[in-house]
This record gives sequence, structure tokens and C-alpha cells, in this order.
Amino acid sequence: MSEDSLSLVLFSGTADKLHAAATLAAGAAALGRPVNILLQYWALDAFRTDRIEDNRSLAWDATVDGASRPVRGTGHIPWLETFRMAKELGEMSILACSGSLDVLGIDVTALDALVDSSGGIATFLMAAEGGQVLFI
Amino acid sequence: MTATLEELTAITAAKIVDARGSACPGPLLEAKKSMGTVALGETIEIWSTDPATKSDIGAWSGKVGHEFLGVVPGDGYDRVLVIRRK
Repeated sequence: MSEDSLSLVLFSGTADKLHAAATLAAGAAALGRPVNILLQYWALDAFRTDRIEDNRSLAWDATVDGASRPVRGTGHIPWLETFRMAKELGEMSILACSGSLDVLGIDVTALDALVDSSGGIATFLMAAEGGQVLFI
Repeated sequence: MTATLEELTAITAAKIVDARGSACPGPLLEAKKSMGTVALGETIEIWSTDPATKSDIGAWSGKVGHEFLGVVPGDGYDRVLVIRRK
């Protein structure tokens, strides 16, 4: 619990949103702000050990007209690498939503080591209390 | 910025971080990582082609407690100088 904290509810598993979320998390961690992340649904799926290196799709609005718009500029660090750096440089905890784990039929051992633990909404909300919360 | 360009140019950094070609937040993360490798009072110099880096590093320095010295324009990139203060 910290007024300085940034808490992100990650729902989307598309590469563009994961990239945007990772950038926010790393920036906040570099500034010394505690970062809490809750992984739900497709974002949780993206952190599965067997899928984390996959080339993930983009959101519909990035692929309208039937072709991917160029969303990859030069010099961008892949989202996973950015999350790893955030963890290395600051205080970031990643919680897997237990309800989403159940929906996907997996347990926390199927997730990358970046994920600290699994827990319920109350655990996340307690950690997020007093700070900023974003849903991505 | 308190230092003049001449004063900034005269500074020898204890470490140069070449983050050219890296997009936001890459240079900031590199700066944070490198800050831990120099002693208190020493200067690091971050090279960046991202125009947002100088304001980001300035904001980060102010928040974390380092001393932002300023920017020396390079050839197509910025040299951002910060003293480690904590």
C-alpha cells in the first residue's frame, strides 16, 4: 500500500497493449514507484511459459483494413524484456488472478518466473489501495 | 540547467551510457541501471537519439534525488549529464 504506487490491471494479451503496459511499468519502477500488476485473462495467457516467447497478435484497431499498420518503431525493446528490466530496476510485483487461472485451466506453475504469485482481487486491491490504478 | 555549455563540455563522465537507437523508456532504464555502477558524486553521461530522454532524465533525477546537469547536443543525439547524489 503506497500513495506513490502504480497498479496495472492487464487484461489484453495483444502485443501492442502489453508493450504499452510494460513501458508504463518500467518507467514507474525507474522513478522508484512501487508497481503492482494483476494479470487477467489474455494477459495472463501471454505469461504462460509455453507461450511467452510467441509473436502475439495486435489489437483489432491496429489491424483494421486487413493489414497490420506499422506499430513497431525502431529501437523498441520487446515487451517481455521491458518487464524484466522493470523488475530488475525497481519494485514490481506481478500477481496472477486466481479466477483467470481457473478459467484458463492452468495453475501458477505454468507461468513465467516473472509472476510472483497468484491471488484474488482483494489481494490486488489491498496492494493497490491509495495509489493509481489503470486497466489495460 | 545551471551549468553553461562550456562547463558541461568540460566534464569528464565516470561512465558513458550509449543508448542511441533505443526508444523510450530504454535510455531511462539504461541510465537507472548505470547509476548504480558509479560512486556518489560521479557523473554519468547518457547518449540518446530519443528527444524525450532529456526531459525524462531530468524528471527522474529530480524525483530520485540525483543532480541533473544538462544536455550537450551531439551530432544527431543528446549527451545528457547527471551526477549521482544518492
